[in-house]
Amino acid sequence: MTAPAFPGLSYARDVAALARKDLLLELRSRDTLPAMLLFVVSTLVIFHFALPAGSSDVAAAGLLWVALVFTALLGLTRAFVAEREQRLLDGLVLAPCDRSAIWLAKALSIVAFLLLAEAVALPAFALFFDPVTAPMVAGIILADLGIAAVGTLLAAMAVASRARELLLPLLFLPLAIPIIVGGVGASVADDPGRYLGFLGLYDAVFAILSWATFEYVVTE
Amino acid sequence: MIAARGLERRYGEKRVLRGLDFDVPEGGFLVMTGPNGSGKSTLLALCAGLLAPTKGTLEVVAERHEIGFLAHEPLVYRELTALENLELYGRLYRISERRERIGMLLERFGLWDDRHERVSTFSRGMAQRLAFCRALLHEPRLLLFDEPYSALDGQGTELVDEELRSLAASKTLVVSTHDPDRLGPLATARLALA
Repeated sequence: MTAPAFPGLSYARDVAALARKDLLLELRSRDTLPAMLLFVVSTLVIFHFALPAGSSDVAAAGLLWVALVFTALLGLTRAFVAEREQRLLDGLVLAPCDRSAIWLAKALSIVAFLLLAEAVALPAFALFFDPVTAPMVAGIILADLGIAAVGTLLAAMAVASRARELLLPLLFLPLAIPIIVGGVGASVADDPGRYLGFLGLYDAVFAILSWATFEYVVTE
Repeated sequence: MIAARGLERRYGEKRVLRGLDFDVPEGGFLVMTGPNGSGKSTLLALCAGLLAPTKGTLEVVAERHEIGFLAHEPLVYRELTALENLELYGRLYRISERRERIGMLLERFGLWDDRHERVSTFSRGMAQRLAFCRALLHEPRLLLFDEPYSALDGQGTELVDEELRSLAASKTLVVSTHDPDRLGPLATARLALA
């Protein structure tokens, strides 16, 4: 083993190697992203028929956020499947890299999946409901960061439990409420700046908390 | 290198290990035996730092990068190729001359021709050989092997025999097995779990 000349660079390389692995696994197995795409489009189609004609823009934006949060939950449920099925977290935890690199890499791959799902969802939303606005897109990007930060930590916690499919939504949805508040606010308010600021603050707080506590989640 | 005193491990109400005392000096070779469920894998996981003792103390004088752990599962991604798996671990362990080391191990364990195949296409025995490559990749000082002969055919068994003989000369090993006679000549100590 060679001693790292620049610890920050080594950390970035660890994150890159782990994120690359997650993206490669999805490219090969295709068991998360297609499900997310199908789910978000199906949900928007259902909402299109469920929402009475003449309903407000606010209601439509709210439904978009509901669809996005549940799509993210679907992706998070699958986030540690490969690691869980063959106890691969043990292999990663034994490696001498900083364990938070595992969290950051997984969170980055979740963000990538969410962005791809939204690249399909937003045109569908524009088609069925209202035009997509710049503050809405900004809110969604900020929300993705928060969802990935907190969701990856909770997914790692849930994966150790036998009731993981039940535990993850129970842990994640209450913590997603501020994301919904900020996201819907950024999408419909006349002054979206403060809602975007709120989402940014949420991201920063939960990213730091998740980064700092991930090690304790994956070890005894 | 390893010292256990009054070591106990419980899973909920179930006590798997109780009052265990043992030492493994640097360069020692501990062979661990016992029936299924006697705690062999748990003890190896404790030595690797993957679990914490419920009671007692366990001192392991080795850093994470100095431990090579061969678990019951191969700890490799099924949808990645053998080469991609070792590349990933090689990067995480920051191995200098990674490519050469990986190539050498794949050759030694007879997997060079299958290096671009996904692990999902491997037999259990091939996956076990790959697990050996992963565990030895970073040239660890302390080796923790859980049933190293698991799923191996005759040729694979001989290969592991040869590897263990070579490792015993310079490393510290803790090996769990159902076939202690096979490792008898190499063992410096034995631990029978009930």
